[in-house]
Amino acid sequence: MSLFSKENGEVFTSPLNLNNPITVQVLGICSALAVTSQLKPAIVMGLSVTVITAFANVIISLLRKTIPNRIRIIVQLVVVAALVTIVSNVLKAYVYDVSVQLSVYVGLIITNCILMGRLEAFAMQNGPWESFLDGIGNGLGYAIVLVIVGFVREILGFGSLMGFQIIPDSAYVENGGLYINNGMMTMPAMALIIVACVIWAHRAYNKDIA
Amino acid sequence: MEHFMSLFVRSIFVDNMIFAFFLGMCSYLAVSKTVKTSFGLGIAVTFVLLITVPVDYLLQTKVLGDGALAEGVDLTFLAFILFIAVIAGMVQLVEMIVERFSPSLYAALGIFLPLIAVNCAIMGASLFMQQRILMDPETSTQAISGVGDCVAYALGSGIGWTLAIVGLAAIREKMAYSDVPKPLQGLGITFITVGLMAMAFMCFSGLKI
Repeated sequence: MSLFSKENGEVFTSPLNLNNPITVQVLGICSALAVTSQLKPAIVMGLSVTVITAFANVIISLLRKTIPNRIRIIVQLVVVAALVTIVSNVLKAYVYDVSVQLSVYVGLIITNCILMGRLEAFAMQNGPWESFLDGIGNGLGYAIVLVIVGFVREILGFGSLMGFQIIPDSAYVENGGLYINNGMMTMPAMALIIVACVIWAHRAYNKDIA
Repeated sequence: MEHFMSLFVRSIFVDNMIFAFFLGMCSYLAVSKTVKTSFGLGIAVTFVLLITVPVDYLLQTKVLGDGALAEGVDLTFLAFILFIAVIAGMVQLVEMIVERFSPSLYAALGIFLPLIAVNCAIMGASLFMQQRILMDPETSTQAISGVGDCVAYALGSGIGWTLAIVGLAAIREKMAYSDVPKPLQGLGITFITVGLMAMAFMCFSGLKI
């Protein structure tokens, strides 16, 4: 089987849309909601999860024939925890302000259900290359939803994107304009409702998803 | 005593695991279909929290912290691996103890017990505890500076989580009779319900204890 065959293409693209980890499989919701009040942490979180899922998938896939079935969960957890430790230290070294914003949620990637779900359902049965594609696909599928939610919440809640002001200062009520930031968008509750809207739109568009 | 009460009440209502931090969402959404099973899961989560948070606290202060093991040795970077190992091991142990001494509770909890190992609420509580150790106990009511504080915090978080899941399950049982638009059925409407519940819980955030 060639590296870029049609089956492998599907392994990569299906989690981006029809099999999206957040909107369809309902995995990894905790962090998706908590880190999306602004766009920048959402992007960093999406990329971290993509990298960790891809490499955890590869490692477990290489080890899959040697792991005794009874202790596989612990082995998977330790592999993931080691990768998360590395990523967390890299984030602290290069993007310290974002890693402070993400706080405990970087550590919580360990218990992110996407990782355990993909390791159990895919990497334990498939070769390293397919598992790598599956990990990247699922990570990006997760990142897309995070970026959408982060975009909506930051532009409505702060009037900015990636920290840059988008709504001009003169448009605000204080300066004689008509615009007010929607403070509700920065609250945790609105994250749930925006994710619900994303799911609604996604299911209205793809009618065959149960 | 006041400090215990403050930690306990705040972790139930203000710093609620679900509504303020979204921890344990996966099992929260998947298991909240009936009140009975969700109550069982809530009890199991509280039980495991009560054991893992104090154990992780001792681990953090006696082994991992800066200069705890030997002068100039800081092993904090190992916290993730050790915490998750403690949690997975404790869940296994709790499962064996419950099976041995209370078969009825074991049967009621069923598959939820092993699943708790990957519940973010458990890991999250340990990580928040790790952050709170750094706070100053003189000035902050939220600082954790002893095993007693850990127990109060873990019990409060567990009860808060149970409260949230039982509430959602009760609403979902009633909602089975409602006419929801097709694409919003199931997951979508559940998210909106949780969002509205979270807004209701926001009214506690002004609570001064």
